[in-house]
Order: sequence, then C-alpha cells, then structure tokens
Amino acid sequence: MNRKQPRLRAQERENQRNGTLFALPWLLGFAIFIAYPLCASLYYSFCTYDAIRPARWVGLQNYQRLFFEDPLFWKSLSNTLYMVALGLPIGLVASLGIAMLLNQKVRGIALYRTLYYLPSITPVVATSILWMWLLNPEMGLVNLFLKRVGVANPPAWLTDPFWSKPALILMSLWGVGGGMVIYLAALKDVPEALYEAAALDGASRWSQFRHVTLPMISPVIFFNLIMGLIGSFQYFTQAFVMTNGGPQDSTTFYALHLFNKAFLDFKMGYASAMAWILFLITLVGALLVFRTSARWVYYGGEVK
Amino acid sequence: MKQRSPSLKLLAHLLLMGIGLLFALPFYWLVTTALKPDTQIFQMPPAWIPHPVMWNNYPKALHYIPFWLYTGNTLKICLFSVLGTLFSCSLVAYSLSKIRWRGRDLVFYSLLATMILPGQVTMIPTFTIFKWLGWIGTSLPLIVPAFFGSAFHIFLLRQFFMTLPNELSEAAKIDGCSEFGIYWRIVLPLSKSAMATVGLFTFISAWNDFLGPLLYLNDESSYTLSMGLQRFVSQHGAEWSMLMATSTVMTLPIIAIFFFAQRTFIQGTTLTGIKG
Repeated sequence: MNRKQPRLRAQERENQRNGTLFALPWLLGFAIFIAYPLCASLYYSFCTYDAIRPARWVGLQNYQRLFFEDPLFWKSLSNTLYMVALGLPIGLVASLGIAMLLNQKVRGIALYRTLYYLPSITPVVATSILWMWLLNPEMGLVNLFLKRVGVANPPAWLTDPFWSKPALILMSLWGVGGGMVIYLAALKDVPEALYEAAALDGASRWSQFRHVTLPMISPVIFFNLIMGLIGSFQYFTQAFVMTNGGPQDSTTFYALHLFNKAFLDFKMGYASAMAWILFLITLVGALLVFRTSARWVYYGGEVK
Repeated sequence: MKQRSPSLKLLAHLLLMGIGLLFALPFYWLVTTALKPDTQIFQMPPAWIPHPVMWNNYPKALHYIPFWLYTGNTLKICLFSVLGTLFSCSLVAYSLSKIRWRGRDLVFYSLLATMILPGQVTMIPTFTIFKWLGWIGTSLPLIVPAFFGSAFHIFLLRQFFMTLPNELSEAAKIDGCSEFGIYWRIVLPLSKSAMATVGLFTFISAWNDFLGPLLYLNDESSYTLSMGLQRFVSQHGAEWSMLMATSTVMTLPIIAIFFFAQRTFIQGTTLTGIKG
C-alpha cells in the first residue's frame, strides 16, 4: 500500500475488522484443516512415517516404489479410471435422462420425484448391504430377473473380477437422484419461449434438445461433471463394505489402496505420496474440463 | 413442451412407471427380506411376500448390535455437527457477502478451490493432529471441524445472503445496530429456509458418514450406526434378515426427515446458484 494514501476511514477500518472477525472460523479452519495438512502431507510423501515415530526423510523413495515396485498402485489406478471413464458418463446421462422424464407435466410427478431421489440420501452402508444381497449370484433379485428374461448364465457380479466393477456401476445408477434434482432445477429454468420459437422455426424434438436444452443447462452439466469427477476418484465406502477390494483386486480402487497403506500397514509417508499423485490427477482432470468448458458451457448473462 | 402428442405423453408415463418400479424394488426387497423367516430367505424362486411375517426380526436385530447405544452416538455427532456448521458457516457467509473488506475475494476464491481438493490429501496430517490432541477414539474429530465451517455450505449460504437487500441492514446500521446485531436480528431471521437446508444436509451427511467414524472410532462403545452395521456384516455375513432389518431401521429416520422437509430439499438444490 502506498504510504501517501489517505488514512482508512473509520468505517472501512471497522469493516476490515468485522469482516476478518466473522470469517475467523473459516480462516482458522483453513489454516488447521487445509493449509497445514496440505504442506505436511507433501512433506510426509518424502518420508517414512508410521504416525508413532517422527517422520524420517527418504527423498523420492516412496514415489520410486509406487511407480516401479507396487503393481497394486497401477491396478488401483486403472480400476479407478475404469469408474471415471465408464461409471461417470453413464451416471451423468442417466441422471439427465430421468430429469428430462420428470420435467413432464403428468400426474403423480411429485411421487416419482421422491421415489427417484430417495436412494441418493439412503445411508451408503445400508445401500451397500442391500445391494450385496440383490447382486448375490444365486439368490439375488438381479439375476433372478435376468434368468426370467432368458439370460441362461447371468454374471456372478461381485464375485467375478470381470463383472465386479459393472456391478458397482449398476448399483450407483440407483443413486443418480442427487445429480437428477440439480438437472431438474435447471430444466425448469429453461424459458418456454425458447422452445416455442424453435418449434415455430420447425425444429424437431431432437434438435430442440440439442440446440436449446443442452446449451441452456450446460453450466449444470459442467457442475455435475466436475463434482462427479472428484467423487469418482475418491470412490471408497462401497468397495470397503461390499468387496474389500476383491475379487483378485478388481475393486481395489485408488482411495481404498491408499487407506489400506495408511491405516493397515501404517505406511503413512507412502500413502501421502499416493494422496499427492491423486491430487495432481484430479487437478489435471478438473483443469482439462475447465479449459474445454469455454467451448461448450453457455452462461446466459455473459457479455461477449 | 406443451403441444405434445398423447402417444408421447403415454410413453413418458410408461417409462416413469417402469423406472419407478425398478427404483422401488430394492426398497421393497429391503423391507420384506427383513420380515422373512430364515427358511424363506434362501428359497428358490424367492418369495415375494414373507410368510409368516417375522415382526420379531426387528426387535431381534436391535439386540444383535447395541442399537440404541449406536443411535445415541450417531445422534450426538449429528446434532453437534449441525450446530457447529450452522453457526460457523452463517458467520463466514455473512462476512463474504455483507461486509466489504480487503482480502474478501481472495478468501472466497480459495474457499471455492478447496472444494476440488481430495479429502485423502489432508486425511493423514489431520489424523496426526487429532492423535497429538489425544482425541482418537472419541467423537471430537467428527464434531469439532464442523465449528470451523465447510466450504460447500458457506458457499450455499453466501449465495443466499447475496439475494437479501442491503437496505434493511443499512437502516439498522443508521439506528446504531452493530454488525453482529444485523447478522443476528435481520439476516438470520430472513434466512430460515437456507439455514434449514444446510442443517438438513449436514445432518444427513453426518448420519451417513462412514470414513470419518472408520478413522477415528476404534472403540466399540463409541461406534456410530454406519460403523456398527459394517462390523455386523463382517461378523455375521450370511444373516440377511438381520442385516436387512438393521439397514431398514438405519434408513427410516432419513426417509422420515425427507418427507417432513421435502420442500427444503428441493429449495436447497436451487439455492446453490450453480445454474450460472
């Protein structure tokens, strides 16, 4: 600040003091639960550390081991990328599709909305237990249904390394309600006049969807995509409860491998290195989405 | 979307019903499996209606795990988290929307940035902090952070406070009302719906949380429902009726809350202002 500037007026000084004071919980929280842990975990990632004895500097050893001596690191990364590449788009499309259905003016819509939304707020542990039963190869409802419609040898789902991840994706479809209500709110805000104008110009239903609906709700698609991306990289509880990584490590996701390293093997330095790699991957993913967003996200109020 | 043909409307209706059935079926299976006698559970093809209806499974399940103890533990964490979150997030949101101060924008943008930070990055040092404080095995690590605010809820409340007109608070200021007085007596009473939304979301995420209790609660007497239920699976894997009964009982409060506060939920999603 320039010393020659006039003194802050009393009101401004008071605002400065009150503003900081009111924001104090977050400022402290940021320092204690974000800034410090961020620095500390970066430091630990270059150390051996078991949370009992003090951390000891080992340089790049953790990273070296991760990349060259831990096949499970690569396996867990590829498991996670599978969920990002397959589970995320399927979930995004399904939640948008259901939101479009719910945006109709038909009777009983409130009931349907409730029904579709409820699974997304059901406790994850309860959901996981329920789906372990539904996906049971012999007794489960899913395979019973598949046999009824003529599938002779339905998959063994959670006990088959090939089908375990698809099984988890299938289960996640039951919980698309969270993304769905966000889409629904956005769909309701698309001005009716735009559709009317498009219809007057002879636009088909598909091109109305393509050229009116999609651009108008693109900020919300962007939001759901970013949140889904971050969530997919941290996929943990379902795998922990339902399969604990198996069979044959087919559901050992990145966050699960990291947790096991940190809290079963107490290799906290190693796990910190994993956490930082996860952070960088998430960051690159988010940045890529942000970079492309200028091309496909349309903000109504934007002045170009 | 007005001039739809009747056949399209019928198709939409049929789809809604069909998918609705698929969404309802797991819930139906949850509740009915819990009411089946053991012999019926492994019956092929499965029975759609429990016979005889084993109401007894519920009281039995509540004794299998110390259900009331776990419920009490969970409720305690939920209530303190809600209190802490409402208190801290509203204060910070007020600062970020109603007071002009240097550094405010920086704080706001750093707050947004923290939302994409994976929890795994801060997990280990945070664990060490609580270990150093001697709080491992207590519920404090699950409660205390709430009093320092959460980025998402601060953001949500800030978006709401921005929509409140400044005239009222300026008038109050001229009448000699303090900043805290404006926050407490003008802004908060106008924000009941937004506060209710934040309270609900906090309650539900604390009720459903699993990773937090898994990290910090190592003593069985301090377990939450999520934790107790997961341990129950690993110990009694095949007792499906018991598992379904406890899962049902754990889910019921959430469904009850949803029905009482449906409006607040729907409002919440529009509140975030993410619509651009």
